[in-house]
Amino acid sequence: MHVIDKAGATNTATAEAAVSAACLISAQGVAKSFNGVPALRNGCLTLQSGSVHALCGGNGAGKSTFLNILMGILRRDAGAVQVRGAEVDFSSPAEALAAGISIITQELSPLPGMTVAENIFLGREPRHAGFVVDFKKLYQNAGELLQQLQFEIDPRAPMHRLSLAQTQLVEIAKAFSHHSQVVIMDEPTSAIGEREADILFAAIRRIAVRGTGVIYVSHRLSEIFSIADHYTVLRDGGFVENGRIADIDRRHLVRQIVGRELQIVGRTTSACTAPAPALLSVKALSRTGEFDGVSLDVAPGEVLGIYGLMGSGRSEFLNCIYGLTSPDAGEVRLSGEVLPTGQPGVSIRSGLSLVTEDRKASGLVLTSSVAMNISLSALPSLSRAGVIERRKERSLVQGLVERMRIKLATPQMAVAGLSGGNQQKVVLARCMATTPLCLLCDEPTRGIDEGAKREVYALLNAFTDNGGAVLLVSSEAPEVLEVSDRIAVFKKGSVVAIVDARSATQEELLHLAS
Amino acid sequence: MPNTVSIPPAAAPNPWAQRARHLLADYGIFVAFIALCSVLAVAEESFMTWGNWVNVLRQTSINGILAIGMTCVILTRGIDLSVGSLLAVSGIVAASFVTSGASNSLPLAVLAGLGVGLGLGMVNGLLVARLGLPSFVVTLGMLSVARGLTFIFNDGMPIANLTPAFRTIGQGVVLGVPVPVLILAATFLLFWFILNYTTFGRYVYAVGGNEKSARTSGVKTGWITFSVYAISGLLAGLAGIILAARTTSALPQAGVAYELDAIAAVVIGGTSLSGGVGSLTGTLIGALIIGVINNGLDLLGVSSYFQQVIKGVIIVAAVLLDVSRKKQG
Repeated sequence: MHVIDKAGATNTATAEAAVSAACLISAQGVAKSFNGVPALRNGCLTLQSGSVHALCGGNGAGKSTFLNILMGILRRDAGAVQVRGAEVDFSSPAEALAAGISIITQELSPLPGMTVAENIFLGREPRHAGFVVDFKKLYQNAGELLQQLQFEIDPRAPMHRLSLAQTQLVEIAKAFSHHSQVVIMDEPTSAIGEREADILFAAIRRIAVRGTGVIYVSHRLSEIFSIADHYTVLRDGGFVENGRIADIDRRHLVRQIVGRELQIVGRTTSACTAPAPALLSVKALSRTGEFDGVSLDVAPGEVLGIYGLMGSGRSEFLNCIYGLTSPDAGEVRLSGEVLPTGQPGVSIRSGLSLVTEDRKASGLVLTSSVAMNISLSALPSLSRAGVIERRKERSLVQGLVERMRIKLATPQMAVAGLSGGNQQKVVLARCMATTPLCLLCDEPTRGIDEGAKREVYALLNAFTDNGGAVLLVSSEAPEVLEVSDRIAVFKKGSVVAIVDARSATQEELLHLAS
Repeated sequence: MPNTVSIPPAAAPNPWAQRARHLLADYGIFVAFIALCSVLAVAEESFMTWGNWVNVLRQTSINGILAIGMTCVILTRGIDLSVGSLLAVSGIVAASFVTSGASNSLPLAVLAGLGVGLGLGMVNGLLVARLGLPSFVVTLGMLSVARGLTFIFNDGMPIANLTPAFRTIGQGVVLGVPVPVLILAATFLLFWFILNYTTFGRYVYAVGGNEKSARTSGVKTGWITFSVYAISGLLAGLAGIILAARTTSALPQAGVAYELDAIAAVVIGGTSLSGGVGSLTGTLIGALIIGVINNGLDLLGVSSYFQQVIKGVIIVAAVLLDVSRKKQG
């Protein structure tokens, strides 16, 4: 907080006056817990008119919770939020919208079959006699709005023809049509290219000039330094500091986000540092538009971490090794044998296994029981002539439930009824059921609590102790540092560096990746 | 795990009440079936006779067989609208081999009928699994194509004068049980075993429940999707042979709208249209419920117009029951 202290000491009175005049949002001490676990302890933010304010913090810092409270999606447990000086406590996004706050999220939800204008004025179309849409006026209004904002988009264009960046511009226009004075942008550039990002930034600057306040969330530090003028850092659910971007440098910001006191815990198990023959060997693997010429070796007993920002191609790379997609060039060898491409079933039989990124979307069959989920990959080895040997299956499932310490009433219960951590253990159990040589883990601890995380790490350690190799993708730098022996840093589809996890720091990783 | 000891267990609901609720949730359709039969038994004494039940079962056999294939398809989150037409084309092709003449052959007739159903079902499967077209559209197209082929095959004329041996498939009785009922029972047992005890069955549920996850788990999802349409076509062929044999002539307009009764049986039986959830036992009871409603309302002298209304109401009510059950979790 030293930055604001220095500024505040000199001209407190004038600053105070200016702040209160143009202050759009002032949040102090906002807190929120889920099932007794605090996600946000002390959220503070002051947004001024015409400012682009970067909200910074690592994963789990409480940014999303904070934004969701500002948007009325969640209710706060404690703290105060003022919008233009008036105390508010939104109970729905509609109330926030009415108070002039709009959010543009990573997952946009336009209606693809409708035109740009129809999307902008959805539910608020100008009408004749109350129920006939006045299309002439609709397109006229939308055209004027887009022109005002200098967005070169045809209001009559169908939404599905637009690029992602253009779609975001339409969302901005929509926010403007609501007369929003606050626009929250959550990772707006995570899915768009550089040139499109420039269009977006130009638009952000333009609306800021018109007096709108923008809260900008991004993991990409270079973006923050090019677009934002103020910043607030959250860490572990608490407020760390705020100030003007002009007063700090990148190194300072990284240190505040990461936290100086955070000691890096190295891997306790000693991996064979002697050059062992690689268990998994990837040679110049390429897939157009996803990743390019990636080569990696993972030795038995080793955890190779892959760190990269969203959209750096790390998950796509893992999926391709596993055979969910086919590469354009390159090869994958497991224990020296070339793996055929595009056949997950063969990969499993050869000794690969994939712990997927999103257990709900691609990990689990939520409609089935725990037992069916655990045994799914291993069924070929549990059956004779296609008929499942139920006794074998039961003992396999029972063994894995105990080994993974999955807490459940019975393996026959629906997997949907388990907690997130236990669901993730079911995904791991399914992977272990085929006794793999090499595990591919894509964000194996996403969305699970600290205790369950520790258990997952312990399972991975036990796996490597027995000679298994692990390739682990994570967007959380502390996790990669803690679990890996070496770390490959991904940036725009290529490996920019492979560093030793024992000597690397979070700052270094973030620098290399962004 | 010392760090988990302090967490209090979730409030445990009364285990007996819970078990009763689960029983009702799992077997609710069975309870409904018993209730329906009881009401009909009281209202009409001829309902609960051996002769009438043989009649109900015989009438249910065609729809039951179609519904078994339909269950496989719906479990994978698809739909097969073409079964009525596939039934007709299979029936008429099979019949063409067994008209009273010199060159008739029963085995060839059966193989031809099954083969036509299987082949057209495989076309459905290829289009859905390989090209990724929506099953609704593909099988809607096949519904029209196969019906057209049926009329083309014999210039729109029925094929009559079927051999007695062939007619046995539809009209024969073994130990007091009609042959179609025996075929239904055998088909049911076979597919009940496949869905519950084989890897294929598990994969069908997995593909319907979460195709991505199934693929990640090494399941050849395309092959499974293809197979269920082939199975549905094969069973439609089987049903077509039975129907032709029972009615002693193969009609080109046979089986119109049969797909709707088959879907109804599956849905009443509790199989979810969004895939991954359901049981073949439920489907069988669903088919029986439809059979009993038709039969019972006939016995009570309710006009066939009203029967349709009542059947429709029951289908929607069954789904309503299913949805509210899921909301309770």
